[in-house]
Amino acid sequence: MEERIIIAGFGGQGVMAIGQLLTYAGMIEDKNVSWLPSYGPEMRGGTANCSVVVSTEAVGSPVVVSPTSAIVMNKPSLDKFEPAVVEGGRLFINSSLVDRKSNRDDIEVYYVPANEIANELGNMRVANMVMLGAYIEASKTVSLESILEGFTKVFGEDKAHLLPLNREALEKGAEVVRNQLATTV
Amino acid sequence: MAKVLMKGNEAIGAAAIEAGCRYFFGYPITPQSELPEYMARELPKVGGVFLQAESEIAAINMVYGAAGAGARVMTSSSSPGISLKQEGISYIAGAELPCLIVNIMRGGPGLGSILPSQTDYFQATRGGGNGDYRLVVLAPSNVQELVDLVIEGFDIADQYRNPVMILGDGMIGQMMEPVELRKPKQRELPPKDWATDGTKDKRKPNIINSLYLAAEELEAHNQRLQEKYKKIMENEVKVESYNIEDADVVIAAYGTISRIAKTAISQLEKEGYKVGLIRPITLWPYPYDEFEKINDKCKGILTVEMNTGQMVDDVKIAVKGKFPVYFHGRTGGMVPTPDEIIDKVKKIYGGEI
Repeated sequence: MEERIIIAGFGGQGVMAIGQLLTYAGMIEDKNVSWLPSYGPEMRGGTANCSVVVSTEAVGSPVVVSPTSAIVMNKPSLDKFEPAVVEGGRLFINSSLVDRKSNRDDIEVYYVPANEIANELGNMRVANMVMLGAYIEASKTVSLESILEGFTKVFGEDKAHLLPLNREALEKGAEVVRNQLATTV
Repeated sequence: MAKVLMKGNEAIGAAAIEAGCRYFFGYPITPQSELPEYMARELPKVGGVFLQAESEIAAINMVYGAAGAGARVMTSSSSPGISLKQEGISYIAGAELPCLIVNIMRGGPGLGSILPSQTDYFQATRGGGNGDYRLVVLAPSNVQELVDLVIEGFDIADQYRNPVMILGDGMIGQMMEPVELRKPKQRELPPKDWATDGTKDKRKPNIINSLYLAAEELEAHNQRLQEKYKKIMENEVKVESYNIEDADVVIAAYGTISRIAKTAISQLEKEGYKVGLIRPITLWPYPYDEFEKINDKCKGILTVEMNTGQMVDDVKIAVKGKFPVYFHGRTGGMVPTPDEIIDKVKKIYGGEI
């Protein structure tokens, strides 16, 4: 098993953070992992992305060129990474902010209204966790429990009180995927 | 300790503190600034000193002073900052002082860019400062190895009274991987009886210096240095190699690029190609002898770097004209892809280049 994931959005959407969570969860499950941020001279509010590899083998290139999955939080990220996803791969689109459908018919595409769901949960900042929940439900790369175990490692013990909210966000994202799969089958 | 997920730059700091380094002098520059940031936060907790100098030149001379007093000391920077440090590095090498210098390389020449590169290979292995001196240059390819080499690097520096450089690129500085701090192989380290740490009225003053005005004295000093370098060459070469006894093409790559080469190799193997790898871990001393083990039928060596071909000189020295040497490189922060490497290997196979 080797999952090569691109997570992209604009600065502030928490794309780096869910990348780190996923990486930590992989490590907790004794998988080989790497996390690499794009750190170019980006503008404030510009695009940000990170490459995550979770593998049962040693991680080769930490740079993800052809992702097996891409999580895109805004439209510029969809435009940039949609063509790169490998055939048979997965694409997770934040449909709250992206108004177009994917042009690919050779990959699994999931539309997740992450901002709307986060809004319903009362905290816009968990939109990234909704996307991550959708991703792990569809890919089964790591378990939801491992993500939660890594949560305080990434965000610090003083954020432990936010665990229930984040669990709910992950579960809502997972639900979107289950519903979408149920309607397509 | 259990594994933790750490960014390369921060892992260097954790490893240095684990190795007993208590003094850091530096000046911020992307893409290594998380390292001084980490040291600023963590060194005071263990009774150490973090000092942001007024410039890189000041920082390396503070390292010179602390090393002369016998302290475990380090500095870090990125390419243009390391250029500024060259004078001090030459003095430290001349005065035979142990220290650790970290270069997390970015694009050049000049201010270049903040993106990853390997364009300081020449500077690191040939000496950017004046004089006949050598640094031990360690090139880690993942964050665990980075941590291991930082810890061992301090021991190597102390054993030989020589500056050691960690040569990484922006990618390894920025990426996160699981790490575990562990002890290196046990070395017998000589006492620092040369240090200027106070005579306590019990001995004559020690003098730290790189100035030898008398010709005979300086020549004798240089001969001593060369003998030391010979010992380092005999004892400290580190290299990883893969399938070179059987390969039709051998890739030579170091640091993070070797990982991209490995991805390319496993893809090529699935298609039936036999490709080997030589990954120098010490760039100086260079693992020239490893290339002797390459099988006679090998069609050529492909050197892959994030520069326009610097290590390719050492590969040519190593193969002594026995095999053709090819090169693939990207610059400016562009990272070679596995597909580019695969394409080049196939061309060598097909005799197209």
